[in-house]
Amino acid sequence: MKGITLVYFLRRFGIFLLTVWIAATLIYIIPRMAPGDPISAMVARMTQQAGYIENSDVIIAGWRKRFGLDDPWYLQYGRYLKNLVTFDFGYSLASFPTTVKEIVFRALPWTLGLLSVSTALFFFIGNFLGAMLAWNKTPRIIKGLIPVSMIFTSVPSLLAALMLLYFFAFQLGWFPSLSAYGRGIVPGWTWTFIGSVMWHAILPIMSIVVVTFGFWTLGMRGMMITVEGEDYVTLAKAKGLKPFYSLYRYTIRNAILPQITALALTLGTLVGGQVLVEYIFSYQGMGNAIFTAIRNQDYPVIQGTSYILILTTALAVFIMDMIYPLIDPRISHEGN
Amino acid sequence: MATISANPKRKISRFNRFDNPWLNPFLITGVFLIVIILLGAFIGQFTWDSDLALVGNSPLKQPPVGVSHTTLRGTSVGTWEHPLGTDGDGRDMLAVMIVGAPRTLAIGFIAAAAGMGFGILLGFMAGFMGGRVDDVIRIASDTTITIPSILVLIVIQSVIPVNLVGMALLISAFAWPGPTRLIRGQVLSMKESGYVKMARISGASTFDIMFKEMMPNLIPYLAASFIGNMQGSILAAIGLEVLGLGPQRVPTLGKSIYWSVQLSGLSQGLWWWWGFPALILVVIFVGLLLINLGLDEISNPRLRQKVE
Repeated sequence: MKGITLVYFLRRFGIFLLTVWIAATLIYIIPRMAPGDPISAMVARMTQQAGYIENSDVIIAGWRKRFGLDDPWYLQYGRYLKNLVTFDFGYSLASFPTTVKEIVFRALPWTLGLLSVSTALFFFIGNFLGAMLAWNKTPRIIKGLIPVSMIFTSVPSLLAALMLLYFFAFQLGWFPSLSAYGRGIVPGWTWTFIGSVMWHAILPIMSIVVVTFGFWTLGMRGMMITVEGEDYVTLAKAKGLKPFYSLYRYTIRNAILPQITALALTLGTLVGGQVLVEYIFSYQGMGNAIFTAIRNQDYPVIQGTSYILILTTALAVFIMDMIYPLIDPRISHEGN
Repeated sequence: MATISANPKRKISRFNRFDNPWLNPFLITGVFLIVIILLGAFIGQFTWDSDLALVGNSPLKQPPVGVSHTTLRGTSVGTWEHPLGTDGDGRDMLAVMIVGAPRTLAIGFIAAAAGMGFGILLGFMAGFMGGRVDDVIRIASDTTITIPSILVLIVIQSVIPVNLVGMALLISAFAWPGPTRLIRGQVLSMKESGYVKMARISGASTFDIMFKEMMPNLIPYLAASFIGNMQGSILAAIGLEVLGLGPQRVPTLGKSIYWSVQLSGLSQGLWWWWGFPALILVVIFVGLLLINLGLDEISNPRLRQKVE
């Protein structure tokens, strides 16, 4: 591929694998470092809820054998890694014949759809406003937006979701409060369905965009001010280029590069926030799947959904790493 | 020299106490907001019965004082007996705030402090030792920072029941990459600076160079990173609580939101059930943001000049 050296590709791919491996291993090791094992803990919690469970020793022994918990640790760990690679997380405990894989891949498209639209929106709005703020021809009214967008950035998307849901769905009734599409609408490529999906997605997307764009506005403004001071921008102005042309070709295109790096770094936090927003709106994505699994003590589903989301995030970061050298060819040769 | 001291006006402004960068309005307002919350909780411990924060110790679904709430069963009006109202399980909201707010701040503080401890250790190790150690630490922090930490925490906490400190320490497992990267970068640039070279030539030990020469310069950066970590940790804790994880029997702000979502407090119009916890959280987050902006002005003097 043009612009990407083999060394760069291999290094980034290694980091992608490493990220997934670290996360998967943390998920694996920490619960096992605690006293007891997952199964005893689950039975203990069942006892806590139900009062008493007959033959709990037999149940524990049976499940231990079933999951191979008596094997040496490296066999267990190897089996775990193999299952992760093949996406085999076993069956859901709460809705038994369904596999975890089915649940995950039913929920994933909704989450990805919501996430990509909101990311595109806040990244565009944030950077656009940031660029406008640093430009001396921007009207004062728009510059007054800085403090407003700053206050919003400190509010977590979860709380924004609660407030938007309460005011716009329950109090005013302008938007639906539940699910990803209207009741009784058959999913398919029909306009009714697509319209309904878009209608239901507005509030969840808004709750992420409203609290996130300010961060990008501020970052972009800072970068714009730095780049504005560069000699090549001064030269572009001295050459008599049209103000907007020099703004776009010389300043914005250079200022946006660190913003893209920052996007890759904050993607993890973003996915976490998205999960909570989906849960608040009962949107049938991964957030809701995780919550249902937590409530049902459905450990395989919790593990499977979390793992797939971590994998997706790492993959997205990797893809961004691959696109980045096409935007900024210097990066591929860095450190060589 | 003569021209500077000959200008009396300049001299006065230099000794103006508001010239102290630590007294900038952002920092003061932010600290003020956090102190108000802590103070409110502290006074509340002595003047209000915290047992009211437990299930069933108050009537159900009472609105806050001065608010009337109409349901099919009739209208109830808030009284001073429960100034912020009560929730659907009979917890007094004021008591929940008094018990919950300091716990939320405590989780953030413990997690950020532990993360900072690891970060300082690893950052100095990476910056000073270089070579393989630096490579390992740098790659580990670069990868950990992209992991959606809340998902790992969800998986762990759905298996292990944790208390407040346990939850904070688990969260801190994701709070170290920020400070590590920051300190590593600063140490690398300071290592080449004149005063550190001078200290080394005059025979100062590595330990002295780290803590006597470099550390004082790092304080504003560390403070900002600490506050940033507090925001992140509180956010993670609230996220876990809102999903129904975390300490089970103690009322917390996140748990309150969890119950109000679960028991349809939103659709019933019981806004005080989730609204007050959300309000306290917003005040905490805005306070921390302002502190961070204030610290930014201290560590980055260019920001102190007004931009045209």
